[in-house]
Amino acid sequence: MNYHLNHLKELEAESIFILREVAAQFENPVLMFSGGKDSILMVYLAQKAFYPGRIPFPLLHVDTGHNFPETIEFRDRLVERIGARLIVGSVQTAIDTGMVTEEKGYNASRNGLQTAVLLDELEKGKFDAALGGARRDEEKARAKERFFSHRDEFGQWDPKNQRPELWNLFNGKKQFGEHFRVFPISNWTELDVWQYLAMEKVELPSLYFAHERKCFWRDGVLLADTPVIPRKPEEKVQDMMVRCRTIGDMTCTGVFPSKATTVEGIIEEVATTRITERGGRADDKRSETAMEDRKKQGYF
Amino acid sequence: MDNQAYQNMELLRFTTAGSVDDGKSTLIGRLLYDSKSIHQDQYEAIEASSLRKGETEVNLALLTDGLKAEREQGITIDVAYRYFSTPRRKFIIADTPGHIQYTRNMVTGASTANVALILVDARNGVVEQTRRHAIIASLLQIPHLVICINKMDLVDYGEEVYETIKEDFSSFSSKLDINDLTFIPISALKGDNVVDKSMRMDWYGGTTLMYYLENVHISSDHNFIDPRFPVQYVVRPNTDDFHDYRGYAGRVAGGVMKKGDRVVVLPSGFTSTIKKIDTYDGEIEHAHPPMSVTMLLEDEIDVSRGDMIVRENNQPEVTQDLELMVCWFNEKALQLKGKYRILHTTQEARCIVKEVRYRLDINTLHRDMEDKNIEMNEIARIVIRTTKPLFADAYRKNRITGSVILVDEGTNETVAAGMVI
Repeated sequence: MNYHLNHLKELEAESIFILREVAAQFENPVLMFSGGKDSILMVYLAQKAFYPGRIPFPLLHVDTGHNFPETIEFRDRLVERIGARLIVGSVQTAIDTGMVTEEKGYNASRNGLQTAVLLDELEKGKFDAALGGARRDEEKARAKERFFSHRDEFGQWDPKNQRPELWNLFNGKKQFGEHFRVFPISNWTELDVWQYLAMEKVELPSLYFAHERKCFWRDGVLLADTPVIPRKPEEKVQDMMVRCRTIGDMTCTGVFPSKATTVEGIIEEVATTRITERGGRADDKRSETAMEDRKKQGYF
Repeated sequence: MDNQAYQNMELLRFTTAGSVDDGKSTLIGRLLYDSKSIHQDQYEAIEASSLRKGETEVNLALLTDGLKAEREQGITIDVAYRYFSTPRRKFIIADTPGHIQYTRNMVTGASTANVALILVDARNGVVEQTRRHAIIASLLQIPHLVICINKMDLVDYGEEVYETIKEDFSSFSSKLDINDLTFIPISALKGDNVVDKSMRMDWYGGTTLMYYLENVHISSDHNFIDPRFPVQYVVRPNTDDFHDYRGYAGRVAGGVMKKGDRVVVLPSGFTSTIKKIDTYDGEIEHAHPPMSVTMLLEDEIDVSRGDMIVRENNQPEVTQDLELMVCWFNEKALQLKGKYRILHTTQEARCIVKEVRYRLDINTLHRDMEDKNIEMNEIARIVIRTTKPLFADAYRKNRITGSVILVDEGTNETVAAGMVI
């Protein structure tokens, strides 16, 4: 008898364990859903964790109003198929009501405004645990993130005051008003995610596959041409075969020239590619410690 | 890699311990770089950084640079996790700083590791820190221990240096509980015996570090003997299709559980038979660690989170009195007669520290029976009594059912990690 799990099945078992731990330890969890492959993976794993029951918590999408239309369509279909409850936090509404102020200029992005809306939604919903699809391989500030990440009443992350995590024991105890961010797929790499999605034949948004799109270059990042990004005069639009490696707000999600039209094609591309996934994220390029700084403020 | 080959890859977790100077960051950088896990933008970033600092070669150690707070102080404050893979295995490195004040980080990294990798500077040989790391690896029962004798380039790749360190370490480690011990002479800086076999150490007949990591036998690292299933969550869909469905979700902590097995549920003591082992992908015949499954029983008995499903003829100890080896994590010292919350598998109780038997000096293994004040980063043997029975195995027998954490009832911080003796 062979009692061997491959690395993907072992990661799956670990993530399912974390998801069940959250459902058991917290009163009111929520799953942060961005529409990207990592949050699609999270929803898929949550379906597995609670099968044949429904996912015992709602999904929360912070919509910047600058999402690719494909993302929203995919989200709505997924939610309907699995019978989940969806909460949408709107950055546009937050701007309209004056809760946040929109950035100006060519590189204006609503990415930073998401944090305020996210924290507001968490507070409104009285959520005590927010599940996120962040991975430790993404960025150096995330390499030290816990599965159960403790946040104070301001939603802030204190890297020096994180609880040690040993064995299978996760301490979700908290004071009134505090909450946790929980990252069940911490140990997955970009390649693991793609290999798993291929192995399990999980449906994905079309944006991940090579398609024809009008794009232009800015600061070494290829951006989709959309009305929400004002172009400088010297920036010329061209038709290209591209795909997204990450899916976020259109203003800061780079696209890549690619010919990969299948998941297997993407795996091959990821395995041989020379740039990290977040290499196309304009939000990380703002400074060397952009992610660390945003995390401390309560981003993800 | 051909298309489906990745479906046969295994996962190996290892921990690295070392100080700033023994080349640990360089070694990790080398493993990441030589296994092509470094992307162009990461490489360009460290290349620019190396140039800025006036270094002539690209400093691979910079790949493991962490937070701004750490870079400013040139230290590592926490466990960092790194990832790389080869066609055979995916690796998770728990990278921990080696100073004594970071013992708790080493313990944390060690708790889930299959392999502990200890670096020894060939010029300095076995030092206090080497012994401390080995003691922790043995306490935490890491199944495999590798001593990398690094910086061989600085001792002219001499066999004698290697042999002396090997003998020194072996005579010390014979007092420890280490099952599988391997020595590899390397130069992380020059790449000798890390991924490629060194041309400068013909006298060494062993394998490279990478070959070792890819091939060390880890499939017996789990306990497949003693069936243990801590119930984590009760699945009750209450839908038309699954009206009477009552499944016990959890992760198998030990042994192999099969459909039709006679089982007993702790603490109630009710017996039943496994009716079905369910997953999203369909029913399966047997479940083993570290699988997450859902168990259904033939009889309608009351089972909830914290209960444990075991075999009738193979049960853990059901007890309120436990002897533990603990590593203290908190700035506030252990309080004798103090009360703490205790987390064990999916169970939770309160406990009182009845006695401190001794404090263990983690540099010498000396048992101090006089000074029993247990501060942060210290290790001690203690006796506790819990408010309700726990279903525990000796840590030696099962790392999952033999481990606990203690939580401060006021601050909710995790203050100690404990291993059942």
